Amino acid sequence: MTRIRFAFMSCALGGLAAIAPLAAQQAPARFGIGRPASPAEIAALDIDVMPDGRGLPAGKGTSAEGQALYATKCAQCHGATGKEGPNDVLVGRDPRGTFPFSQDPKLPHTIGNYWPYATTVFDYVRRAMPPTAPGSLTDDEVYALTAFLLHANDLIPADAVMDKASLPKVAMPARQFFTPDTRKQLATKPQR
Amino acid sequence: MKVTRRSLLAGAAGAVALGSTTQAQTAADPSKVRGKPSRAVGQRAAPEKVQRILRSGAASSTPHQDLMGIITPSDLHFERHHGGVPEIDPTTHSVLIHGMVERPMIFTLAELKRFPSHSQIYFLECSGNLGRTAGPDTTPGMLAGLTSTSEWTGVRLATLLKEVGVKPGAKWLLAEGTDAAVLTRSIPIEKAQDDALIAYGQNGEALRPEQGYPTRLFLPGWEGNASVKWLRRIEVADQPFMTREETSKYTEPFANNTARMFSFRMDARSLITAPAFPKTIEKGWVEIQGIAWTGAGRIRRVDVSTDGGRTWTAANLQEPVLPLAHTRFRHLWNWTGGEAVIMSRAVDETGYVQPTKDALLKLRGPGTATYHLNPITGWVVQADGKVVYKEEAWG
Repeated sequence: MTRIRFAFMSCALGGLAAIAPLAAQQAPARFGIGRPASPAEIAALDIDVMPDGRGLPAGKGTSAEGQALYATKCAQCHGATGKEGPNDVLVGRDPRGTFPFSQDPKLPHTIGNYWPYATTVFDYVRRAMPPTAPGSLTDDEVYALTAFLLHANDLIPADAVMDKASLPKVAMPARQFFTPDTRKQLATKPQR
Repeated sequence: MKVTRRSLLAGAAGAVALGSTTQAQTAADPSKVRGKPSRAVGQRAAPEKVQRILRSGAASSTPHQDLMGIITPSDLHFERHHGGVPEIDPTTHSVLIHGMVERPMIFTLAELKRFPSHSQIYFLECSGNLGRTAGPDTTPGMLAGLTSTSEWTGVRLATLLKEVGVKPGAKWLLAEGTDAAVLTRSIPIEKAQDDALIAYGQNGEALRPEQGYPTRLFLPGWEGNASVKWLRRIEVADQPFMTREETSKYTEPFANNTARMFSFRMDARSLITAPAFPKTIEKGWVEIQGIAWTGAGRIRRVDVSTDGGRTWTAANLQEPVLPLAHTRFRHLWNWTGGEAVIMSRAVDETGYVQPTKDALLKLRGPGTATYHLNPITGWVVQADGKVVYKEEAWG
């Protein structure tokens, strides 16, 4: 009798062990999926430029060199002098200098009026312009176009040479008017 | 010719197919005609002609006036792109993560899918989601169709950041697409390590091309532009990159002569989707309904007014009310005739109340751009039952 009961109990326990779940699997520190990126693979894609100039390539250009390029590659969309459109108006300085965009719906967001960082011009032109052949400009051409646009906005002298040392130093009048998001932080963090 | 059952069926199917190429033909009594055979990919019923509203070659809106519930059909999800929709080979596509990391790594699409996955229903809204130029003949989709809700599937960015090992001092990361704009945005590391996804799925299948196929960043509750599509690269850094999109675009001038940048969160908003232009209603009971959403979590309440904002009544919310997703609201109204203005107002779980146009204008000034505008909007029910957009001057 005792033996039979014992056998019955062990059988029941065995059954329990089979249906009781194990604790949820813990995620490992690393999964080991993916492969290391080589310096060459990174360099092939790493085209961004930061406000302090990190990422700017070798090369240089002047406004005079950029003027001819602008006429053939940019004027069609941005106008003969950068003020006419039909696409984004790039050139123009508001004489008030007070950043009155909230009061004046017609004030164009030009590089001289609205762009807070000169490095952004280089970064954007190099990655996305012209739309018919994005990424086709040489670094010297991008420096030259950047110099042309900055000079047209009265931000650098006509003879200034733009390169990785000089471009981050260009003072942009709009920078002082940008503020971070001051909306109050969330009372409750959105749930996952 | 010997007539078999098989050839008879094929002939009938052929005749039906021929009919559908000219015009949707419906049998007078469908129960007297054998129906169509099964098919590998389903389609909408022929009479249903729902489609997105094309705004330009670079954007189209979800037609909220035609939709129900909270999920947006994938082919009606709004689109906005800055260099066209690229065609990407999923077998060669990969995502590079580098910068301030211990181990710069490349993940193919197949490898991304091997990591633990996460699926969740989220809204996605373009921060420029206020169409206010079409006058009274504005539909809900034209007014606020740059928001849509899908179930998104992907791998948490936090999982991948653990895989590469983020170095101390990292505060931002750059997300870059492989479209012709090579679009870039800077994202705070806190969001990347919280609920950000690298998504590859939408409503149970692969992303649509215009939604970033095969991989996109997805930042729940944040302005759509930051959820970079066609994602190919993430660079971890100590400061924001100040890309064109986050400086000269997607920033909002304020009345105090400043401009707000990195304003990621989408604030609470609601939209009555019915009745609205181009509908005409009959006297009697009308179900007013619409959608509400907030980047701050859950919608707590939606108020509806049928007297132009003088009095408000809490609408019924369709359960479950999901965080960071569209919520459907409904309100029964007995229209007895005469002109009426119907409006809705969302309140989210933080207590934030959807603002009026005047409150927004006071903050932003009459020159305000289109970003992050979430005003209370309304529809005029005319005496004859025709419903039109309640037009408002924006200075």
